[in-house]
Amino acid sequence: MATLHARGPKPSRLTIGRIGLYAFLILAALFFLLPLYTMLVTSLKTMEEIRQGRIFAVPEIIGFNAWKTAWSGACMGTQCLGVRIGFWNSVKITVPAVAISVFIGAINGYALSFWRPRGSGLLFGLLMAGGLIPYQIFLYPLVRLLANLSLYNSVAGVVLVHVIFGLPLVTLLFRNYFMAIPEELCKAARVDGAGFWRIFLEIMLPMSVPMVVVASIFQFTGIWNDFLIGLVFAGRDNLPMTVQLNNIVNTTMGERAYNVNMAATILTAVVPLAIYFFSGRWFVRGVAAGAVKG
Amino acid sequence: MQPAVSVKDLKIAYGDHTVIEKLSIDIAPREFLVLLGPSGCGKSTLLNAIAGLQDITDGEMWISGKNVTWDEPKDRGIGMVFQSYALYPRMTVRKNLSFGLRVAGLPKAEIDARIARTASLLHLDTLLDRRPSELSGGQRQRVAIGRALVREVDVFLFDEPLSNLDAKLRNELRVEIKKLHQSLGNTMIYVTHDQVEALTLADRIAVMKDGVIQQFATPSEIYHRPANLFVAGFIGAPAMNFIEGRIVVDTGTPIFESNGLKINLSGYPLLTSFKAGPATLGIRPEHLAPDGAERGWPTIPGTVSVVEPMGADTVIWFDWAGDSLSSRVMGDVTFVPNTRIAPGLDIAKASLFDADGVRL
Repeated sequence: MATLHARGPKPSRLTIGRIGLYAFLILAALFFLLPLYTMLVTSLKTMEEIRQGRIFAVPEIIGFNAWKTAWSGACMGTQCLGVRIGFWNSVKITVPAVAISVFIGAINGYALSFWRPRGSGLLFGLLMAGGLIPYQIFLYPLVRLLANLSLYNSVAGVVLVHVIFGLPLVTLLFRNYFMAIPEELCKAARVDGAGFWRIFLEIMLPMSVPMVVVASIFQFTGIWNDFLIGLVFAGRDNLPMTVQLNNIVNTTMGERAYNVNMAATILTAVVPLAIYFFSGRWFVRGVAAGAVKG
Repeated sequence: MQPAVSVKDLKIAYGDHTVIEKLSIDIAPREFLVLLGPSGCGKSTLLNAIAGLQDITDGEMWISGKNVTWDEPKDRGIGMVFQSYALYPRMTVRKNLSFGLRVAGLPKAEIDARIARTASLLHLDTLLDRRPSELSGGQRQRVAIGRALVREVDVFLFDEPLSNLDAKLRNELRVEIKKLHQSLGNTMIYVTHDQVEALTLADRIAVMKDGVIQQFATPSEIYHRPANLFVAGFIGAPAMNFIEGRIVVDTGTPIFESNGLKINLSGYPLLTSFKAGPATLGIRPEHLAPDGAERGWPTIPGTVSVVEPMGADTVIWFDWAGDSLSSRVMGDVTFVPNTRIAPGLDIAKASLFDADGVRL
């Protein structure tokens, strides 16, 4: 074999190890996509086709009837209004809960990193400890508390609970993000005469757009996908989409409508899925910015 | 005359750890004061305390005849420039400059007028609509200086403003700052660990170590007549040569003895009085001349170890009695390593320190 004279960029070579690695990654990706694929094809099939039992087969006739039923006609108990009721409930719960928790978390992170009032270290420690305790433990005390505040079985109550449970994570994200920003920026603004709120609103918040996006994604997916808190605190009229989906799937009259169930499930999952899909770039950027020095 | 800035009995401590213990200093109006010292000597802490950005444990702070000890930074009549520029990243240069004025609620016409004045002074006119991220390091620091200037206050504080810049820009901006002080005539307090900046800019330098001012004097005084061993060793590059020995005053003439070396101290500009006993003789490299013997100076014989040509001058390192000493000569003079030399020292320019390191 002639020895090559080394010059220019080193040639890349495909080794067996590389091929194995890619093969594994592709298989893993297919494995995780399999349930989504099954749901999608099943939702597009008719019941006759489903009864044939070939769950991986492509549908012979593609039909969207199951989707229509799932959105506006599926039954939950005796009520046949579809998952759209739950969809709007989830929007009413998620949007304010995300906005409030991200805003308060940003204030917390800002105060903890730039102002460090007396006892802020302890406060931060307690907040983190609170974030690590499984929240099922809080359920009963919180039910009592919200009942006393007349917020039990209301949208406001669910939002409040989501804000409380979201704060440790959001605070941590913003604190770490702000810790990487030179303290001198805050000092300069103080010399310029700006106070706590003006520095936050005019200087720090505009700088932390990537973190706001990341925290919002975290919170949005977490709250949208929540089942337990919605079930316990929302009350019958405000059940979020996840709880309603569960009730629809468990309501059977005669034959189990697998295609409708699959369509309803996809409809429920499609919102967080879309958010991940469209904001992946921001997501990676914000996580990296929080982890390493920005 | 009333001092522009007066620090009285300042104490700063974090719990049991005391950073500054009872420090007092008066800065005259229109003076350029440099706080100089190694990292962790408390110079930045002192500056932040003057600015009101650092909580103090005890003492008073007076600026322009007003007790500002409890005042917020904005009410102290100061402008400040930081090492990391600390420009507001999401604002244009114009907004950066006007931020403090907008906070203070100044009328728009006044804000525009001040920005125009400052921008032309610092050559920022063409940069006003750019973001900080679109500026070079030198431009950013000029904007940071401009942000302090638009406040039109009596006292400007600089916290290592040139440390983040490369050598060439640092030299350029250093000259600009000096010009600025000459044309504006404000009081300026400037923190640095760079002795060249300190010597070139200052009217007076306060050399600090461990939260204590070691010497507070003009650059010339600090360089030529350092008050103690720390100041003598900290200022000057290459550092002052130190020779350990003892003073003997047997026959009436004071003699410095060390390893067979005998130096007559009659020509030494004495500050206090000679005391027999251990002492350190300090001599700057430029006062240790290879041709010193011809001028009748006492000589120190040694062997050349390293020659460092620095352009305008050359530093010759030679070994004597186990010590490495340096002599600074003109740039066109060369010496070959391992040859013998016997530079002579100018005792009139030397510094003598007693056993406690205090200048005699």
